[in-house]
Amino acid sequence: MVERRPLFTAAAYAVLALGVLVVAFPVYVTFVASTQTFEEIVSVPMSLLPGTHLLENYRGALTAGSAQAARAPVAHMMLVSLIVALVVPAGKIVISLLSAFAIVYFRFPGRMFFFWMIFVTLMLPVEVRIVPTYAVIANLHLLNTYAGLILPLVASATATFLFRQVFMTIPDELAEAARMDGAGPMRFFWDVVVPLSRTNMAALFVILFIYGWNQYLWPLLVTTEESMYTVVIGIRGMIAGGDAATQWNLVMATAMLAMLPPALVVLLMQRWFVKGLIETEK
Amino acid sequence: MASVSIRDVHKSFGEVRVIRGISMEIADGEFVVMVGPSGCGKSTLLRMIAGLETIDAGSIAVGGRVVNDVAPKDRDMAMVFQNYALYPHMNVYQNMSYGLRIQRLSKEEISRRVNRVAGILELQKLLERKPRELSGGQRQRVAIGRAIVREPAVFLFDEPLSNLDAKLRVQMRAQLLTLHRGLRTTTLYVTHDQVEAMTLADRMLVMSDGRAEQIGAPIDVYNRPATTFVAGFIGSPPMNLIAGRIGAGGAALEVAPGSAIRLPRPVPAHAGRDLLLGVRPEHLEPAEPAAACFSLATDFVELLGSDLLVFGYASPGKEGGQIAARLHASLRGRSGPVPLRFDAENLHLFDPASGRRIGD
Repeated sequence: MVERRPLFTAAAYAVLALGVLVVAFPVYVTFVASTQTFEEIVSVPMSLLPGTHLLENYRGALTAGSAQAARAPVAHMMLVSLIVALVVPAGKIVISLLSAFAIVYFRFPGRMFFFWMIFVTLMLPVEVRIVPTYAVIANLHLLNTYAGLILPLVASATATFLFRQVFMTIPDELAEAARMDGAGPMRFFWDVVVPLSRTNMAALFVILFIYGWNQYLWPLLVTTEESMYTVVIGIRGMIAGGDAATQWNLVMATAMLAMLPPALVVLLMQRWFVKGLIETEK
Repeated sequence: MASVSIRDVHKSFGEVRVIRGISMEIADGEFVVMVGPSGCGKSTLLRMIAGLETIDAGSIAVGGRVVNDVAPKDRDMAMVFQNYALYPHMNVYQNMSYGLRIQRLSKEEISRRVNRVAGILELQKLLERKPRELSGGQRQRVAIGRAIVREPAVFLFDEPLSNLDAKLRVQMRAQLLTLHRGLRTTTLYVTHDQVEAMTLADRMLVMSDGRAEQIGAPIDVYNRPATTFVAGFIGSPPMNLIAGRIGAGGAALEVAPGSAIRLPRPVPAHAGRDLLLGVRPEHLEPAEPAAACFSLATDFVELLGSDLLVFGYASPGKEGGQIAARLHASLRGRSGPVPLRFDAENLHLFDPASGRRIGD
């Protein structure tokens, strides 16, 4: 800010505080609820002070799940989610790196056609092609498998496009110098292109981990067995319908647990993430 | 080490003809500079020799072996790029040894070669650094080092000094000359800087518009430019080219009615012909009015410290074009027309239509 005016500063802080409140309050309520017993939550008004059943609730959720509805332990769901959230970015990065490398560094018939094919799919959200994709996965007998959960999420136009832009900032002379040094295309890929894209890969990993972790619609469709539930689906499953009472304390504990890994990934990879988004020097 | 033969090579990018038939024989160990204005095709020619561009027609041979269809890595050449093209994520040692590692040389051999070259180029203390931690001159030395460690038959330089400041450029020029004297490796060097061309070259190839204008030793190119293009390109300020008609008897060039330049060497064979008279600014000297070839009606002057550049015309109507003369600074302050003369050996004549040198 150019000028220092106390009133203006105070107003700015007030707006920011309001924003924090709006975002943080639901999270806080979730946390508070996850530390209370079922009875405490359903009593009106619900206490906004943390209860004393934190360990009990979390242990219960992790090992046994909700008693009424979904009975899979949340620990297992977390494992399924983790596998999906790790393999999806890894697969996406490998495939996108290779396809972007092909598009940028090789001249082959239909190069621009394929690039535009990839680019156009950017504009199609998963939901649009979800029915045919489901049919394909079902016909391949991949329902309720990791392959079925992961494969359709791996192809990525966005990541291909991002890597294409990254590669185009690598000076042509580097490729030529590598050719003069005797490096073949794949050698150049491993020794020059991949190391120069490391920060971008890290940034992409953070985004895609959260993307994979938060998947809802697709896992909901392809998983019918509780052993293949991801934690996001698990929460939905724990909310009982009809007459059965939902154990909100366990649901809230599960929700808190589901928030942890993405938050951890962002925290731990923050430095790389920012670097990958702003670094331009090649 | 090897000789390089360029035989009538052509290259087009789409409709644009970039190289229109260039031939040159380069001897083993020779330092050849390709010089010309930007867009004349000199870099393209170098890249064709390197194998980074295909050859449309003609052939290029290295050490007697035609390399038209040989991959760059198998041509036994090393190239230094204008923007250095160092691998940003590798340190200096890794940059220099990358080509050797691909050749699968032993660790000891790689280390021996890199350290020897690092010694020559004074890079020992920088071996652990990344390119971004180096200054422009240091990066350039690393790029040159990367070429030398491979011990190629031919060095290719693509405007290697143009990103350096003037002082560093002079230093690097001297270092390149010393290096070439030590290694005696055939070197092809592209530049648009005529000073680099004059100082570095054993022979130079002056290019314009995809053609070779002149091939020769720098001093021959300077003394006997083959075309008006070369005359204007080599030398600073460029050679004066004065349009006019050779008078009867061939003793003078008539620039305009009543204004003539007396020729120090009569050319009766060309009497009555329209010609361009070429004389370098540094070859014009003040003379007694009786001994002068012409007198320069001064337009303006530029003082360069030791020298004085005088610009003017040989006729009152400014016919014939502007003429520059490099005179001693002590002549500053003199007013009125300056009588000037020049020696017979510094007289050049060109055909105005073709631009080619005639006479002698």
